[in-house]
Amino acid sequence: MEKVISITTPVTTSQVQELRAGDNVLITGNIYTGRDAAHKRLIELLADGKELPIDLNGQFIYYVGPSPAKPGHVVGSAGPTTSYRMEPYTPTLLKLGLKGMIGKGALSKEVVEAMKENGAVYFGAVGGAAALISKAIKKAEVVCYEDLGAEAIHKFYVEKFPVTVVIDSKGNNLYETEPQKYKLP
Amino acid sequence: MREIKAELIKDNVRDLFLHASSFIGEDIYNKLKERYEAEESPVGKSVLRQIIENNEIAAREKLAICQDTGMAVLFIELGQEVMIVEGDLNEAINQGVREAYVDGYLRKSIVDDPVFDRKNTRDNTPAVTYIDIVPGDKVKITITAKGFGSENMSRIKMLKPADGAAGVRDFVIKTAVEAGPNPCPPIIVGVGIGGTMEKAAVLSKKALLRTVGEHNADPRYAKLEDEILEEINKSGVGPAGLGGRTTALAVNINYYPTHIAGLPVAVNICCHASRHAEITI
Ligand code: SF4
Repeated sequence: MEKVISITTPVTTSQVQELRAGDNVLITGNIYTGRDAAHKRLIELLADGKELPIDLNGQFIYYVGPSPAKPGHVVGSAGPTTSYRMEPYTPTLLKLGLKGMIGKGALSKEVVEAMKENGAVYFGAVGGAAALISKAIKKAEVVCYEDLGAEAIHKFYVEKFPVTVVIDSKGNNLYETEPQKYKLP
Repeated sequence: MREIKAELIKDNVRDLFLHASSFIGEDIYNKLKERYEAEESPVGKSVLRQIIENNEIAAREKLAICQDTGMAVLFIELGQEVMIVEGDLNEAINQGVREAYVDGYLRKSIVDDPVFDRKNTRDNTPAVTYIDIVPGDKVKITITAKGFGSENMSRIKMLKPADGAAGVRDFVIKTAVEAGPNPCPPIIVGVGIGGTMEKAAVLSKKALLRTVGEHNADPRYAKLEDEILEEINKSGVGPAGLGGRTTALAVNINYYPTHIAGLPVAVNICCHASRHAEITI
């Protein structure tokens, strides 16, 4: 639990496969944001045989819908949203080379299986620590779906963005193992 | 009759939402610090530290505590000797919400139609408003900006009268523990018991607005609150669901008379970012 690993995006499959559940990771580089509505549009594009507006290869998606930036700020508060709502779309994106998701809360068996198959990890950021997290976001731009407002796909340039590996590419899952250690009869 | 201008209501609604979005209640802040000291899990401690630090940054820089600045919910106690003049009360409330969310850089999270269009209204309206007529010539406005990560983990169940206190206890614990990491623990658990189905739900929402550390005035319900809180914290879910002794900060129960054939129980869950405020005009 003590280890802090620095990682720069884009990443390779083997880099991601070295990460273990419980590792604290500081991410630097570009990451994309996406929530329910944006995911739905990406999957619809693929269903129509069209290309995606972003290249997911080696990338991480951060499940977030930031609050608006105050004047002079890069971004508003930007903590993670609950990940399970994106589950129906995630296996497809993992097949396209997505290497990790950043969010909060449990993921289904299907998604974890797809992470194992494709070599990807799930990072947890602290839900509700949104003002604190926003300090690690140095640049923010809307890439597409501006009409979705907070749900538009943004590209964030982050420096030392603090996350914890909650589910690793072997399927080890902190949400399953850690509460057991503190469970009382 | 005391006349109160609709504009005064609007201004107060706006200010309450702006305040609550950046300033966590002292009761919650102090409880988080107390739990930080007590937490045994190193990861749990680190999560609590981040939450406390976040609350401090938000207050210092007037930033939103959480990016989900919620759906606006208001409880208005309107004195029956008050006359709202120069405007429509509901419109004043929505205008107050609009000004807070648009001018205050809060996130607009409301869609117009829940099933088909799901088009963002772009100003976080409409609010969900409950108006009670009470004696007197004052208006009390209580607001909460309710995040949906935790709202989605809320449940309601129509228990049988025979299920009694044990049934209530089991249902509340199960709901809170099964929510796991999703509602951003440590959580506050609002419980509404009795009335009808929707009455129980409203009671549970109101229970979330109680000061953390205060108990139901009836000692039997106060004891039930303590017992349920202890059980939830035995689950090991912990801060952010990453293990630990702090899963909930409070369990608050409100009750109301009910029908001979029923025992409705609603459990409304709120995250640690429980943003609420009130004022009496
Ligand atoms: S559940 Fe609460 S703390 Fe978590 S993201 Fe939603 S509003 Fe924020």
